[in-house]
Amino acid sequence: MGLMSHIAVKGVSFGYTKKIVLRDIDLDIASGEIVTLLGPNGCGKSTLIKLMLGLHRPGEGSICLDGIDISRLDSKTIARKIAYVPQIHRSSFPYAVIDIVLMGRIPHKTFFFRYSKEDMNIAYNAMERLSISHLAERPYTELSGGERQLAVVARAIAQGARTLIMDEPATGLDYGNQLRLLDQIIKFSREGYTFIKSTHSPEHALWVADRAIMIKNGAIVADGKCDEVISTGSLRHLYNAEVSVLKLNGSLSVCVPQTICGCMEFGNDQENKLDMKNTVKGKR
Amino acid sequence: MKRFGIFPVLSLLLIGVAAGSLALGKYPLALRDMVNFFLFKFFHVGQMNSASYQLLGNLLLDIRLPRILAAILIGASLSVSGAAFQAMFVNPLVSPGLLGVLAGASFGAALGMVFSKSWVAVQICTFLFGFAAVLISVGIAKIHKGNTILLLVLGGVISGALFTSLLSIIKYIADPYNQLPAIVQWLMGGLSMVDGKVLLFIGIPQVVSIIIIALFSGYLNALSMGDEQARALGIPVEWVRMFLIFLATVMSALTVVIAGMIGWVGLIIPHVTRMLVGPDNKVLIPASALIGAIYLIVVDDVSRMLFNVEIPIGITTSLIGIPFFAIILKKAKRGWG
Repeated sequence: MGLMSHIAVKGVSFGYTKKIVLRDIDLDIASGEIVTLLGPNGCGKSTLIKLMLGLHRPGEGSICLDGIDISRLDSKTIARKIAYVPQIHRSSFPYAVIDIVLMGRIPHKTFFFRYSKEDMNIAYNAMERLSISHLAERPYTELSGGERQLAVVARAIAQGARTLIMDEPATGLDYGNQLRLLDQIIKFSREGYTFIKSTHSPEHALWVADRAIMIKNGAIVADGKCDEVISTGSLRHLYNAEVSVLKLNGSLSVCVPQTICGCMEFGNDQENKLDMKNTVKGKR
Repeated sequence: MKRFGIFPVLSLLLIGVAAGSLALGKYPLALRDMVNFFLFKFFHVGQMNSASYQLLGNLLLDIRLPRILAAILIGASLSVSGAAFQAMFVNPLVSPGLLGVLAGASFGAALGMVFSKSWVAVQICTFLFGFAAVLISVGIAKIHKGNTILLLVLGGVISGALFTSLLSIIKYIADPYNQLPAIVQWLMGGLSMVDGKVLLFIGIPQVVSIIIIALFSGYLNALSMGDEQARALGIPVEWVRMFLIFLATVMSALTVVIAGMIGWVGLIIPHVTRMLVGPDNKVLIPASALIGAIYLIVVDDVSRMLFNVEIPIGITTSLIGIPFFAIILKKAKRGWG
């Protein structure tokens, strides 16, 4: 690659106490990419995410952020560049949404801080961009899952970070909220934001990602353009499930389990590629 | 926009309750006598005969004032350390005794009473064992790797149980005619032994700790979102938590040094305050300090006025706290799943 990579993972291995979780991971992520991590439960996706956030130190190898080893960066410097959006979570305390979003300003503050007028503006602006300004004074604990997730994304935007690392951000959201979250990812990506997200839904990679990385047993088994990486064969290898990847109109793809395809009498298609007409016929 | 407007109200209430409590007691005082005394004492206005001047001085300045100041310090300290613990352990239902400080300090006090005649030695012993208990909890959490919050809580359970059983041993070997009643009385808590000098000595670290914790309130907000999010926001979670545990331990151990075991204040007051002003620690911490101080003055008034004999304040706070806890439990069932 000619460009300096934004996040460079080189030869990283990591284990908790005894169990090795990640082995010899190499990964280069450029600014502005949308990267999706795919893999079965316990494959090491979340661990890789925590390593890239600097929450864990790699046992071996190094992770560089814009060319600097993150073990040499202090946590506030990292936080100004990378924001974390965890899996949907319940707070024990009913903070107003604005208080949650304001927390994004902490990396820009020294020790005993007060939020300034400017911080307030940045926080309100972030909420505006996610269309959740009307929730500002509502208690976080009373929001729907989708609203909570948008509030956390707003916090990430208020943080000023241009890279968002998301650990299964759509898990636990209802269908509509999943789609709205993906919409926001596309919108911010167009402004140059970088997204690294893990998901259990290969379709989320096909729809909203440039690049898919498949992880199994702590190692990367595939890394490349989503269309090329996500196939019946790779999904079988990854999840031990039979899935057809169907191309609609030659651009957009969907995943359909083959047992269901079978019922619809187009599951034996060797190419796993059907055009729109076939799909529509199948439905009848 | 924030509920900072509550502070003038709470401050005035605190001053009013404190002044009112000066007039309350076994020896009834008219407000006029009190005002006369203070005018004469500080401004040399008016006249007083020396006998009543002596009596009032003794009553107000040597007995009642230290007691009220102690109630303010203890109420504020327990409430603030409780609020800080609730935020950093991500659970609105934990108390400052979570890591065993109160159990350790109680053991220390009992140990001192059995083996030493000096009251200062007892107080030092109380403080040191309060600290030792927390060190054991933290040590247990450090030995094992994993979820730090959970391990700290379990370490606290172990350490608390250890010192509770050690306390039983001390009670068993204590002289049943002199020492045992003194230990039991002490463990029920009481403000009658407070003296002014010790109060000054203990008040300074407590007030300083309260101020520092209040300054950390922005970090406490982030800590209460869980370790990972706090760290991803650039907060050095491990050392911030250890520092705050250190301050909370100093404050809580010192309350046992002044007044024995006073339970439930550190759990109930931050909780009630959160219902009043919301969860933002920037408001919650100072508001808890004020409400805790007011609460403990009032409870102490009740303890000494309700019956002919003074009820130990630890019993009163428990008798109020426990049913209250049962009532708010439903509203507060969140936390730890």
